[in-house]
Amino acid sequence: MITDVNVNLSRWPFRRLPHDDPAQLVRKLRTSGITSAWAGSFDGVLHKDLASVNRRTVKDCETFGDGLLIPVGSINPMLPAWKDDMRRCREDHGMKIIRLHPNYHGYKLDNPIFGELLGLAVEQNFIVQIALKMEDERVHHPLMQVEMVDTTPLKELVEQHPNSKILIINGMKGLQKNRLIELAKTGNVSFEISMLEAVGGVENVLKLIPVEILLFGSYFPFFYLESALLKMQESELGNFRSNAIFSGNAKRLLAEN
Amino acid sequence: MIRIPNAEIWDLHCHFSGVEGKTVDERIAQLMVYADRMNVDRLVFFMGWPWSTNPDPDEFRRQNDQVIQALTHWQDRAFGFAYLNPMYVEESLAEIDRCIANGPLVGIKLWVSRRCRDEEVDEIINKTAELKGVIYQHTWLKVSGNRETESTPEDLAKLASRHPGVPLICGHTGGDWERGIRAIQNHPNVSIGIGGSDPTAGFVEMAVRELGAERILYGSDIGGRSFSSQLAKVFGAEIPEAAKHLILGQNLKTMMTPILKSKGIQF
Repeated sequence: MITDVNVNLSRWPFRRLPHDDPAQLVRKLRTSGITSAWAGSFDGVLHKDLASVNRRTVKDCETFGDGLLIPVGSINPMLPAWKDDMRRCREDHGMKIIRLHPNYHGYKLDNPIFGELLGLAVEQNFIVQIALKMEDERVHHPLMQVEMVDTTPLKELVEQHPNSKILIINGMKGLQKNRLIELAKTGNVSFEISMLEAVGGVENVLKLIPVEILLFGSYFPFFYLESALLKMQESELGNFRSNAIFSGNAKRLLAEN
Repeated sequence: MIRIPNAEIWDLHCHFSGVEGKTVDERIAQLMVYADRMNVDRLVFFMGWPWSTNPDPDEFRRQNDQVIQALTHWQDRAFGFAYLNPMYVEESLAEIDRCIANGPLVGIKLWVSRRCRDEEVDEIINKTAELKGVIYQHTWLKVSGNRETESTPEDLAKLASRHPGVPLICGHTGGDWERGIRAIQNHPNVSIGIGGSDPTAGFVEMAVRELGAERILYGSDIGGRSFSSQLAKVFGAEIPEAAKHLILGQNLKTMMTPILKSKGIQF
């Protein structure tokens, strides 16, 4: 059983990707042993009509997923009616997970609106995914250079919202070690491995954070799916830790919501 | 579990970072544990530590000594390239004599101290080529701006046009691989090293389409990178199995065969 908590539907704006067609994406996930995938949408990064993006995400999950894809809603609190978008995610679509792109949407985590969003997410029982980056900053399109999300304010905000459930995605390469440990200690913040680098990356990061907050994420189809799968082979983890990362932790997180 | 292709894997691009260890012997031993897990057969190491972007001759000699020491117990699996600084041409030529002509190393690594478009680099290229040594040139194309002395794939294309008979490796494919591939495309003596960048899907497919599989070399850039993320670029690519075999090991083996044979190294 493998739950991939970081998958994207639709198209990356700057390049066609292999498997960016939903049928191909699902086929690749299935043949690679993925049994559940939390699927957001690349459209959530730049589109303004997120209600439409979220509807398409749900429809694609239903049409192509056959139970494999769990839809993740995109929310941009800098847009009008974002609270209604959140309500629709929960009430109309039954979503349990939302995905944020603070750097692409133009706000920092110390913006009061993010605190407000976090409060609403707790009320509505959402897991909140925060994407810290989408691409290596060195290879961004020259007209669209976007800095990685600064997580400095997150610890204090999480302490103000003790029931919040946050999953950092695309964060492990740029997140400093002290920040990683600080956020891990809150107990409310989890991480996934798609951008975790260095030899034996998974076994080494588990010297810093508890296994219960580390989840399997691939960032497929932007990254080759094999990258995250191979990381689990490169590290010596044992059955208990492997199972927790591959699916147990994600299932527990989702079941709590 | 991912099915690892039944191919010989030669890793072009390895460093001694990412693991604990006071000595280079301790570090390479740990790195080999990870290499074993990922079925990597042969590894090429260059540069010691701490890293120096513009090393004086004493410093690059010291780092090359670290590499030579590391190979001592791993001659059946590891190769080494000499780290040179083209700001010191005479001393770099002497280092080629010491490490390649009269020592165990089999190629050179040029990093970021001088752009390879400069003609002053030519003597280093000529001497290495005479010895059949492999030539690896780091390249990047950073949208935020390269170091002033950091080479781009366009710089390497200029070097390649001055040395059309010498095989050259475009390290990192310039990082921004969509541009890097096209920049060196018309220089058949240039191969690309695919290591040391994110495992972005489509990279290797484009490279095979534009360059052919024969001009693509797997490398990881461990220990800052993982074997996993870099092998995934090949394992996960939508290309024929035969192309994967070439990229994972056969191409590098072919490129290194002349110097390995001339030095009597078993492989």
